[in-house]
Amino acid sequence: MLRYLFRRFLSLTLSLAVASVVIFLLVEMVPGDPATFMLGTGAQPDTLAALRAQLGLDQPLPIRYANWLGAVLTGDLGTSFAYKTPVAGMILDRMQVSLPLALMALILSVLIAFPVGLFAAARRGSARDTAVMGLTQIGIALPNFWFAMLLVLLFAVRLRWLPAGGFAGWDNPVQALRSLLLPAIALALPQAAILARVLRSTLIETLDQDYIRTARAKGLTRAQTLRRHALRNALIPVLTILGMQFSFLLAGAIIIENVFYLPGLGRLIFQAITQRDLIVVQSAVLVMVAAVIAVTFLVDLAYAAVDPRLRSR
Amino acid sequence: MRWTLILGAMLAGLALLLAALSFFWTPFDITQMDVANKLQGPSGAHWLGTDHFGRDILSMVMLGARTSIAVALVAVGIGIVLGVPLGLIAAANKGGWLDEIIMRGNDLIFAFPSLVIAILITAAFGPSAINAIIAIGIFNIPVFARVTRAGALPVWTLDYIRAAQVAGKGKALISVEHVLPNIANLLIVQGTIQFSLGILAEAGLSYVGLGAQPPTASWGRMLADAQTFVTLAPHVAIIPGLAIFLTVLGLNLLGDGLRDALDPRLKVMRA
Repeated sequence: MLRYLFRRFLSLTLSLAVASVVIFLLVEMVPGDPATFMLGTGAQPDTLAALRAQLGLDQPLPIRYANWLGAVLTGDLGTSFAYKTPVAGMILDRMQVSLPLALMALILSVLIAFPVGLFAAARRGSARDTAVMGLTQIGIALPNFWFAMLLVLLFAVRLRWLPAGGFAGWDNPVQALRSLLLPAIALALPQAAILARVLRSTLIETLDQDYIRTARAKGLTRAQTLRRHALRNALIPVLTILGMQFSFLLAGAIIIENVFYLPGLGRLIFQAITQRDLIVVQSAVLVMVAAVIAVTFLVDLAYAAVDPRLRSR
Repeated sequence: MRWTLILGAMLAGLALLLAALSFFWTPFDITQMDVANKLQGPSGAHWLGTDHFGRDILSMVMLGARTSIAVALVAVGIGIVLGVPLGLIAAANKGGWLDEIIMRGNDLIFAFPSLVIAILITAAFGPSAINAIIAIGIFNIPVFARVTRAGALPVWTLDYIRAAQVAGKGKALISVEHVLPNIANLLIVQGTIQFSLGILAEAGLSYVGLGAQPPTASWGRMLADAQTFVTLAPHVAIIPGLAIFLTVLGLNLLGDGLRDALDPRLKVMRA
């Protein structure tokens, strides 16, 4: 078990290292020179050269990569070309929007999906199963940003219950949560529909196994069999989907952040690319990738917890 | 459940038909602007109304269907062609170095959230439908590889696989002959989800300006343009969204219906 986890940790660390190279190279391919962007096209060549030297842009590629990675490892994510502020601070600010939003959406998604999936699987083939699955089809087919626009039309413009967009910070937690509620619902509903369907189909697959028949034969009720045997065995594919969904919610929120004008991590990266603020792009994407890899490791831990076969490895 | 198959085929067929028809005919030419008739509701002349430039929305929806379907279809193709074999190989060599390399490679692609890849790719190479396909397609590979491997692993523990091994069949043959048919059900469900996600992702990318570029029509761009006028003329925002919604719904219902029709086990259970 420890050996399994150690190996996973090692390989995920390796993934992160490779990811850092890929990110660095992709960002290198973005056309446009940050120094020219900062000074404007009318700048004198020597001023431009001096700024490039100051930013370290005149160094060869491997040295620039090593400098960046070395700094990142000591916690220094660099200084934004455009805003002259530390990138770490900017990312932390944006995380205060993106992380709670992703978590809210994930919690909403699980809270909706589990009861729905269990309900449908327990009544497979019945009219109620068909009705519930029909509803999840509608949920999956909704483009989340269009759904977000409809939510804004109804709850912000027509009913005026919730704000249509913007985020004023956590000084007023109630207001902050209200600002994140519509985006979280827009993100969560399609995800919940997918999760509910996956849960139902794996549960049904599991329910066909012999040990389920054995459990029923030894006198367990349908509900007990479902909870004790089927659900536990269906959790592995469900965990895989959940892990995927978290990374989607963290970064995929960028489009929803656009609909609601939320200052999240995705919007930061988006804006930084248009401003050629490459150090921000590099570091912010790396942080995002690190977060996703950390979630992958948590999913591995969870696998080990639900699947005893993995513990013996 | 025959009705899901029929309804799904009808909705998906309608989207395909509109897309195919757009190659030969659209009610109006969308490069023609008619600002005097902008933001009009549905009428006899313009069945679905006009947008902020006075362009015919039905014509735009037809041309947008073509873009969405092409991008999503190719992206799913990339995912299946590369992802499924990788997943089968990984499962057949569980715990071996091949498995390790494939799964770590997957983790790596997977660790890049798809939209961030798309944004970086389009920033580096310029926004276009081709780059949208690549960005969505790359993300489909690890999805199919993981689902294939996760589905194949339990199959490999079954007795008839041991029997096949004893009979002298190699891993590749067993993967294709015994494992693949057993996880086809799973792959159809996943393929359906990825196709609909592909259409949704294309819409999302073009909504933030990273998909097909004008003058190519796309549903996402129509929605982005409509956002400013949404309180003024809601139909301009509602119609392209409905087009995405109904197409994705149709494809999902079709996939579900096909799965039920193809899987004898499920049919027996329903009977």
